[in-house]
Amino acid sequence: MSASLIGARVQRKEDYRFLTGAGQYTDDVILPHQSYAAFVRSPHAHATIKSIKTDKAKKAPGVLGVYTGEDAAAAKLGGLPCGWLITDVNGQPMKEPPHPVLAQGKVRYVGDQVAVVVAETAEQARDAAELVEVNYDVLPAVVDAAKATQKGAPALHEIAPDNTCYVWALGDKAAVDAAFAKAAHVTKLEFVNNRLIPNAIEPRAANGSYNRAEDGYTLYVANQNPHVERLLMTAFVMGLPEHKVRVVAPDVGGGFGSKIFLYPEDVVVTWASRQLGRPVKWTAERSESFLTDAHGRDHHTIAEMAMDKDGKFVGMRVHTTANLGAYLSTFASAVPTILYATLLSGQYTTPLIYCEVKAVFTNTAPVDALRGAGRPEATYVVERLVETAAREMKLDPTEIRRRNFVRQFPYQTAVALQYDTGNYEATLDAALKMADVAGFAKRKEEAAKRGKLRGLGYAAYIEACGIAPSAVAGSLGARAGLFEAGEIRVHPTGSVTVFTGSHSHGQGHETTFAQVVADRLGLSVENVDIVHGDTSKVLFGMGTYGSRSIAVGGTAIMKALDKIIDKGKKIAAHLMEASEGDVEYDKGIFKVSGTDKQKAFGEIAFAAYVPHNYPHDKLEPGLNENAFYDPSNFTFPAGSYVCEVEIDPDTGQTKIVNFTAVDDFGKIINPMIVEGQVHGGLTHGIGQALTEGCRYDPDSGQLVTGSFTDYCIPRADDVPSYQLDTRETPCTHNPLGVKGCGEAGAIGAPAAVMNAITDALWSMGVKDVPMPATAQTVWKAIQNASKKAA
Amino acid sequence: MSVKVSMKVNGKAVSGEVEERTLLVTFIRELLRLTGTHVGCDTAQCGACTVSMNGAAVKSCSMLAMQAEGADITTIEGVAAADGTLHPMQAAFKEHHGLQCGFCTPGMVMNAIDFAKKHPGASEHEVREALEGNLCRCTGYHNIVKAIMAGSKAMAGAK
Ligand code: FES
Ligand code: FES
Repeated sequence: MSASLIGARVQRKEDYRFLTGAGQYTDDVILPHQSYAAFVRSPHAHATIKSIKTDKAKKAPGVLGVYTGEDAAAAKLGGLPCGWLITDVNGQPMKEPPHPVLAQGKVRYVGDQVAVVVAETAEQARDAAELVEVNYDVLPAVVDAAKATQKGAPALHEIAPDNTCYVWALGDKAAVDAAFAKAAHVTKLEFVNNRLIPNAIEPRAANGSYNRAEDGYTLYVANQNPHVERLLMTAFVMGLPEHKVRVVAPDVGGGFGSKIFLYPEDVVVTWASRQLGRPVKWTAERSESFLTDAHGRDHHTIAEMAMDKDGKFVGMRVHTTANLGAYLSTFASAVPTILYATLLSGQYTTPLIYCEVKAVFTNTAPVDALRGAGRPEATYVVERLVETAAREMKLDPTEIRRRNFVRQFPYQTAVALQYDTGNYEATLDAALKMADVAGFAKRKEEAAKRGKLRGLGYAAYIEACGIAPSAVAGSLGARAGLFEAGEIRVHPTGSVTVFTGSHSHGQGHETTFAQVVADRLGLSVENVDIVHGDTSKVLFGMGTYGSRSIAVGGTAIMKALDKIIDKGKKIAAHLMEASEGDVEYDKGIFKVSGTDKQKAFGEIAFAAYVPHNYPHDKLEPGLNENAFYDPSNFTFPAGSYVCEVEIDPDTGQTKIVNFTAVDDFGKIINPMIVEGQVHGGLTHGIGQALTEGCRYDPDSGQLVTGSFTDYCIPRADDVPSYQLDTRETPCTHNPLGVKGCGEAGAIGAPAAVMNAITDALWSMGVKDVPMPATAQTVWKAIQNASKKAA
Repeated sequence: MSVKVSMKVNGKAVSGEVEERTLLVTFIRELLRLTGTHVGCDTAQCGACTVSMNGAAVKSCSMLAMQAEGADITTIEGVAAADGTLHPMQAAFKEHHGLQCGFCTPGMVMNAIDFAKKHPGASEHEVREALEGNLCRCTGYHNIVKAIMAGSKAMAGAK
């Protein structure tokens, strides 16, 4: 029998096409009679539209059609829905202002779409878009969430005159306050979790076409969850039956959350394709990605941790103001609440936690899930508090963590989650060793001789992945289920096609999932193909986000495999004239126990499709099964990160000299792919900590960081090579024992980096440095500290 | 004004009518339908559009098709051997998991081949600096750097 494929570093099946330029991304799809769309976007952060003149644009060369909000209203295109209802502290539903696909009388952020021009070529569409004359009455704008709720701030939406979408809370405030009153020490920090712009390297794109013969639509779209896209678009916006719409998310060039959502452009090109009888394609320019992809983070937080005299955490209090942007994006409301406050226990036994979140509309791009989504923000709160508390109480930062680690599982946190398993000490110990923390003092001394400041910082993160038990999600406001679906189609000669509702946009599902199936069926990986991303092929799916693919999508596939094997046993029993109960199965071999009779998987497949000798009275021919899987709990990946930095006090430049990550993702199917996910996540997190910060001009509301020259996603020379390892406590409630790995790096890295920077500067009296800790920011912090000291 | 441009792309003579303002990348993607060359930005920074022109890596988004008149262009589609065998640099990207979503990959590979030719035996630090003009949001560069070091070695060995 071949060695197990589970845990094997199998090279990726998808690589050949990507390496030879044969990938098919949305913009690569050119349909017969293709036409092209360009959007007219608001140059103002806040304005009423007095008039729109389209006649010049309509007459421009190559133009096929120009549509505005009026046309969208006349066609009864609904607004974009929000998929998660948050109920506020008073039991009232959140405020859900309309989110039109083309502006209705008002624009609310720079980039808000006002009109669309469709033409024979992309250049003609763009040229003609310049000819659309929009007359605006400019209104005062507000981009900062705290300012938006102040008296006299400009109101974005009629239904939310104070710009507040909701005030939401979790936990027993009175009990937490009481714990603080008795505490031996309280650590308090106030910080901003900086706003990020996702910047997948493939810009968003959508290509809609209407087929009159079928009276149906096809939408190619750069998207992470085609069935969800279809559901939202048909049921909520266009009023179409789902079976008339096919959504294909072909090769997708990175998502990181930003391609989960239903965007206005997706609807508009689909609708316009019917008006024109031509396929309509729109591909974002990078500047449009900056302006209109849903941004991430943007929290202002006051966080407090209460300790007893030994550094045991006795209570935690967090007040956060979350900027939602101008409209509610698809999952915007869940990110700063359900995906945030529930993670505030971290790896610790903090018995009492209270978190209050005020979510606010501003004249900025919508804010929604971005790699980690709520969990990086939570980890930042917890791990900055913990490390600062340790320094204030003169405890080693690892010691204070050890005094508070959860050690008994399952563990019910104070914030609604139940951790099934974990071993936080194991990942911490491994990380300390790998990072040679013991040798740090010496390295610090050596750096000091060169005039450099060294710092060491930790982050012990936890995340809730495998989203989600549908009933739990539903009780918390989700307006969709969060299961996953999979189908195994065994072909007569024993090769297999697997259909999954998960979507790969870089994660390598075509390989990882093939390993799972091939291992179970005793096949080679080459004999298993994975199909995803097409609603006309895959039975259903909720898609890929929240590190859920292997835990939820993989389990659905395992369940379908169970059914295949069950049926295979019946066929095998018939062929070998044994009773079904005596047939054993292992990796592609059906055996009659206690005998040497056996049948290979391929023989059973053949018998199922050429059923000459077959139990027709009991079984249908064929070997094709599907399964839906709704998880019973979240999964809880966790790990320990150690970051070592060296700061040049003269310039403020911070260099990461070493970054060590030890993660517990449960069982790992393909370590090579998992490491790649961690590398990418860490770099995203380091970007947040050191280089990435979205800025809007506070008065005009213009996006100041609107290109790669102003907004710095990490370059290769901004980040180090990483040291990685894993420890394994298998997830207890899925058959693969897997937890998910896609977001961990982005969740843990920011706190580790900032803890390292503040460690380096602590003796100078610097307690906190804002993210991104650019050279200028760090230099200023050093200057301010030395001024104070003087 | 439309103009005629002619050049050699992946060993074949090609020509087409373009506007004066048509970018080389548009010519390659839309007219030749070689969609392996990607567009990731509008400020000449991501490098997804990198092709080889007369043996040197260039960003095809920042030049006009007309500027490539008579040039010898290789795109990612022309890198593997005729029988489909991957170029040593492509093979190294596969072996070292130097790609995830694949969108930056063609540009990375085109730049890496050019770099490896000019700087055999470059250090990790030099490789990282050479990637200044190629953005990747997926891999964190770790494995791209490994792949380029290994690919360079393989290229040197294959000579
Ligand atoms: S598309 Fe050419 S550098 Fe980005
Ligand atoms: S592999 Fe996705 S951008 Fe590089």
